[in-house]
Amino acid sequence: MIEFIETTKDYHIHNQVIRALDHVNLKINKGDIFGVIGFSGAGKSTLIRTVNLLEVPTEGKVLVDGKDLTQLSKKELRKEKKKIGMIFQHFNLLQSKTVFDNVAMPLSLAGVKKEEIKSRVNEVLEFVGLEEKTNVYINQLSGGQKQRVGIARALITNPKILLCDEATSALDPQTTKSILNLLKRVNIEYGITILIITHEMGVIHEICNRVAVMEKGRIVETGSVLDIFSDPKTQTTKNFVQSVVRDEIPDSIFEQLEQANPNERIFKLKFIGVDVGQPVVSEVAKKFNVDISVLFGNITELQQVPFGNLIIEMIGDSAETDKAVQYIKNRNVQIEEVIADGSEFRDPSKRDLGNLIYG
Amino acid sequence: MEVSSEILLNAIWETLYMVSIGLFFGAILGFILGIILVVTRKGHILENKWVFGIVNPIVNIFRSIPFIILLVAIIPFTRLLVGTAIGTTAAIVPLVLHIGPYISRLVENSLLEVDGGIVEAAKAMGATPFQVIRKFLIPEAFPSLILSVTTATIGLIGATAMAGAVGGGGLGDVAITYGYQRFDDMTILVTVILLVVFVQLIQMIGNKLERHFRHIS
Repeated sequence: MIEFIETTKDYHIHNQVIRALDHVNLKINKGDIFGVIGFSGAGKSTLIRTVNLLEVPTEGKVLVDGKDLTQLSKKELRKEKKKIGMIFQHFNLLQSKTVFDNVAMPLSLAGVKKEEIKSRVNEVLEFVGLEEKTNVYINQLSGGQKQRVGIARALITNPKILLCDEATSALDPQTTKSILNLLKRVNIEYGITILIITHEMGVIHEICNRVAVMEKGRIVETGSVLDIFSDPKTQTTKNFVQSVVRDEIPDSIFEQLEQANPNERIFKLKFIGVDVGQPVVSEVAKKFNVDISVLFGNITELQQVPFGNLIIEMIGDSAETDKAVQYIKNRNVQIEEVIADGSEFRDPSKRDLGNLIYG
Repeated sequence: MEVSSEILLNAIWETLYMVSIGLFFGAILGFILGIILVVTRKGHILENKWVFGIVNPIVNIFRSIPFIILLVAIIPFTRLLVGTAIGTTAAIVPLVLHIGPYISRLVENSLLEVDGGIVEAAKAMGATPFQVIRKFLIPEAFPSLILSVTTATIGLIGATAMAGAVGGGGLGDVAITYGYQRFDDMTILVTVILLVVFVQLIQMIGNKLERHFRHIS
């Protein structure tokens, strides 16, 4: 649906060239809710703006539904833009107009008849749950309501693609959730492909099926949300994943490790998918001569697939513990031993960085 | 007071005439120039460094010429345009050239206050440059534009006082010729009070309109 091919964007500021996008290659399929995550300055805002040519790429191209928009005439481009809706972090609604007039704007620009505009506006306002606010001015709405108006305005032209530029970053967590649910409905009920850029991993976790991680104008990692969350490759991605799925080992566990005892070993288990339902831990305790205590655990859901982390302590003969570990491995559960030193999480500077990132 | 009420009424009429006609043409000129100054600047919808590079200094030049100088300096041009260089109608030409560039700066400021995100949203919807101006920039800046025009109107009233130099007449002229030159303090007082009332009224109407169009609960 959207394809970035070697897309590059340079800005010239004070005789300096700043490369905002560096040969980006990315493909977004029809029906995806595709998330692009990165810190500010990573180039994700520029990336999303090249889709509807708010930014024109310096090199490379962007194909939307197979078409290179830079090759179109102005008239054709305006027609194509009607197929691409966009919502913004700060909503970008007209304060001087009512909800109705704001939502009607794309149609009235296209010269659609009044009657048709009216029925269409009522339809989309009902979809976003704002039919009672039709004649209210924008100032009288809450942030969440404003974004609903933004979504209604984007949907009014029956687009195929919805671009979301940090659409929930100005909203509180509760409102964010309701807007994300609405976007999910947009995707399912209208079959609209959604491209979201965000710096919040929670947004990706909540609604995306595929994700790309951006850093310094490049895509550093891309894949299904489940793959990225369960097996992040780069440090940036790991940091983002940890902002949602807290799998770092608590300090108290390291304190225990200080008084190392060969018969008390600590392991980190990662469950993905159906395995979560398996009573692995209790099975191990029954089959092998080890005692198990759970030190830390959490579980979350990704695309309806359960995903969990567990930190356990096995107390018993070391050889017996090894057997137990092998048994767990055979059950397709990732397991790794937590060792007193050598863990990246023990590095205090990195931990500070982590805190900085997660706020 | 030596001035008859007939002279005074006539002067009020002349002032109103100069202000209203001057404002009408001045606003047209000012809006056109102001919009050009906004949309041709760097990064805007019709970026054009040549047009901006020409209009911008011209506006500055007209803004820097004191009105009393402008009034006499463009006499040949005025004669060309309205057939005479003296009288109330003739005074309107320099008034327009004086207030137009002033309004253009006020319009420029008002339009630049509009959040860039609005223009971005307009472009994302596929609006033409004309639609961006007509349906986004001007409606969003409208309350601020009303205040700009109010300020310009009051400036224009001040400028008409000097129109007497080319026989334009008006309240300012009465104050100078009858009040100041003939030591008639009463005439000065009355004309000044009238001007104060004018200004107060215009500012009040401007504020009321602005509040009406700014949709804040």
